[in-house]
Amino acid sequence: MTQTNDIILRTATTLIAFILLGFSIYLFFAGHNAPGGGFIGGLMTAAAIILMYMAYGIKAMEKILPINFRHMIPVGLIIATATGVGGILFNAPFLTQTFAYFQLPILGKTELATALVFDLGVYLAVVGVTMTIILTIANDRE
Amino acid sequence: MLVAVLLPFIIAIFIPFLSKWKDKVHTGFFVTIVPVLVFIYFVRFLGTGFEPVIHEYSWIPSLDINMVFHLDGLSLLFVLLISGIGSLVAFYSIFYLHKSEQLGHFYVYFLIFMGSMLGVVLSDNVFALYSFWEFTSLSSFLLIGFWNYKKESRYGALKSMLITVFGGLSLLGALIFMSILTNTTSIQGMIDQQQLILNSEFFPLILILLLLGAFTKSAQFPFHIWLPDAMEAPTPVSAYLHSATMVKAGIYLVARYSPMLSANEWFFIIVSLAGIVTLCWGSYMAVRQIDLKGILAFSTISQLGMIMAMLGFGTKVAIFGAVFHILNHATFKGSLFMIAGIVDHEAGTRDIRKLGGLMTFMPMTATLAIIASFSMAGLPLPFLNGFYSKEMFFESSLHLEAASTGFAGFLQASIPYLAVFGSIFTFVYSMYFFFGTFRGKSHLEELPKKPHEAPIGMLISPIILVAGVIIIGLFPSLINEPFIAHAAESVKGAVLEEKHIYFWHGFIPPFIMSITVVVFGSILALSRKVWAPVYRFVPGVLSMNKVYDGTVDRMERYSKNITKGYMNGSLGRYVRLILAAIIVISFAFMAITGGFTIDTSNVAEITTPEILVAIMMVIAAVGTAITNNRIAAILILGVVGYGLSMLFVLYRAPDLALTQLIVETVTVALFLLVFYHLPKLRKKEEPVSTKILNLVISVGFGVLMTMVAISSHSSKFFDSISEYFVDNSYKLGGGDNIVNVILVDFRGLDTLFEIVVLGIAAMAIFGLIRLRKNKEEE
Repeated sequence: MTQTNDIILRTATTLIAFILLGFSIYLFFAGHNAPGGGFIGGLMTAAAIILMYMAYGIKAMEKILPINFRHMIPVGLIIATATGVGGILFNAPFLTQTFAYFQLPILGKTELATALVFDLGVYLAVVGVTMTIILTIANDRE
Repeated sequence: MLVAVLLPFIIAIFIPFLSKWKDKVHTGFFVTIVPVLVFIYFVRFLGTGFEPVIHEYSWIPSLDINMVFHLDGLSLLFVLLISGIGSLVAFYSIFYLHKSEQLGHFYVYFLIFMGSMLGVVLSDNVFALYSFWEFTSLSSFLLIGFWNYKKESRYGALKSMLITVFGGLSLLGALIFMSILTNTTSIQGMIDQQQLILNSEFFPLILILLLLGAFTKSAQFPFHIWLPDAMEAPTPVSAYLHSATMVKAGIYLVARYSPMLSANEWFFIIVSLAGIVTLCWGSYMAVRQIDLKGILAFSTISQLGMIMAMLGFGTKVAIFGAVFHILNHATFKGSLFMIAGIVDHEAGTRDIRKLGGLMTFMPMTATLAIIASFSMAGLPLPFLNGFYSKEMFFESSLHLEAASTGFAGFLQASIPYLAVFGSIFTFVYSMYFFFGTFRGKSHLEELPKKPHEAPIGMLISPIILVAGVIIIGLFPSLINEPFIAHAAESVKGAVLEEKHIYFWHGFIPPFIMSITVVVFGSILALSRKVWAPVYRFVPGVLSMNKVYDGTVDRMERYSKNITKGYMNGSLGRYVRLILAAIIVISFAFMAITGGFTIDTSNVAEITTPEILVAIMMVIAAVGTAITNNRIAAILILGVVGYGLSMLFVLYRAPDLALTQLIVETVTVALFLLVFYHLPKLRKKEEPVSTKILNLVISVGFGVLMTMVAISSHSSKFFDSISEYFVDNSYKLGGGDNIVNVILVDFRGLDTLFEIVVLGIAAMAIFGLIRLRKNKEEE
């Protein structure tokens, strides 16, 4: 993705990308009880990042977000698998999820589920996969 | 126990991070701690009053696949070998592998191997065992190919992978047969119900499949060919995987099932024959090698054959000798491999023709080598453990219990002679190894490096192993009762009466056999140059390697031809082929089973917004097909997708709508990116026949999908499971969003595999595009 000089796109992106990112994180957390979840959240994050790449170009983005998206794939997979193995340690079958309600400061009564950790793995893997595919293809100019 | 097995895997996850500091601290130091901890955990079980321990953890209880760890005498022997030799090898590798190597990769594979090998010897559940079994093949593949810039490494890795995985799959077949017959997935459960298996009509098949798995893994003739090529691996790996542990997995398997299988005469015939032939062939071929590790590889093959043969004999002495030799072999062969590594490291070559006279330069190494190789030769000296098990081998070969008629009888009569023959060559290669390397004239000018003694850190591990050789040799009863006897008992399946290990039995046949071996062995060793031309006739040009190479080569050629037949590089053609196949198969299936039904009794009303959206989608779809502008085609296609997400909104499926919306956006972005590579849309280029074919296929596919959609709504064979999800998603999953609870909880396994597939796809795309780029740069 070469750098574009579209001033409208860039100005809009500064605003939209952060709304998108914020919304995607909301989606990720809301997932258990409202529409959303790791898959959708991950895709939307990826969409926001792609938008930023399109607006600012690859060189600038590598400075702003110095993340190797390829690394996110194994990290996500390991997190997801680890929550599965965690079940075995408590002598429950592989991938057993559990949940409990806690009283947290500010948030009040909150549900914390191990499924959220699993979903985090899904989220990271999805962002990693989408960004890897798109950036690889985008960088391919022979 | 679960933690002990999983510990290597868990640490393996952190190795990539630890290896970042490899310039400061060699990663091997972190790794060495793991097997030491495992060793300490298991060594506590040793003792005369040892009782088998079973720990159970559920894994996939719905399929009766669980982590059941059954620690009996045999498992304990293997577990201590794996962790004990593993500690020494890990420590040795710190000095062997330079910091500039890819230590992170090496130790990750190493730990994965260790964990899965522990899993193999501890699992009582056959499917858990099989999973771990394949993991050992996989990690062995990665370790052999560690120096992947070398062509021989890649060749050796592929060869070992193809042969052992072929064996692994036959093993899986045998395990499935047995678990269906006995209706259990537990090894002990199968042995308890052995009559069901022994009397089954499938028994011959089970026996052959199981032994195929064991023989390929343990490099028995004629599947031994992968082991010499596996010597391309770094030497610590050869010492660990390809002599002390992994190649003994096959022996473990035979030993584990021998309480059941030994009841059948064919078990005796096949296992003894394979073992004894491997013993003779391996030791005969070892003398021919010029690479130090090559000698050791063939020697490992022959020693494994000897253990296998003893398991086949199945008598008490034989079993006792077999488990004893598993331990002894690990001590002397492990140290010999490390010595070969030291020579390679300090002299710069492993070619025995260039080596010689190194004793003056490396006195310590030479001392270790003389003890280890003499123990391997089975020299009758009271401080060499090799002699004890070798003598048990001779003793057992003379007292076989099997029938004395037919082929089994013939085999039984010839075994003692073959045993002596194989052992003579064992003696010869042991002498050849030691004298060829450390004695004789030195050719310093031919060596790439000036040889000198190894650093002390490198010597520690072989010193410990050689000390083991001597200690077991001097005080065999030290390990007898608390250790070996338990292992032998669990193989025999019955309590053995007291068995003492003595050095001196008097002038009885086994001792005379040993003396014969030493006398003839010495003669042959001294006159090696005289009779060496015999290798030109046997094996001559014939070898199993030719068979293997020919098969692999032919398979590659045929599949290439087949692939070329339909892969011509035209994407349009691929799509046509795929769609045509789907259409033909699905319509045929629908016609045969009468699968198409229409049921309009339970249909919702169609509202105006739905019709409008549908019309919009149809127009967009047609527009995509007829437009001449590429950008327009992409954007209009997007309209179809957005229309679909609109429909999802109308049907009140917010999750689906959101996903579809974002997927559509990302897809359009992706399309715009690959835009650059797409060919221009051209008209009039294709012949009319292709156009008609395209039309037929696309209409056919559309009709098919419509029919499938209608039928899937109209024909319900089961009650819908959605009620269950609606009822339980809050109760069991703790979430209001049913879709999400299904994804992360009820069907979590599906999701896990989906992201795995996604990850693989991303890596594949990355690899394809990057590899092509690198090629162009070259």
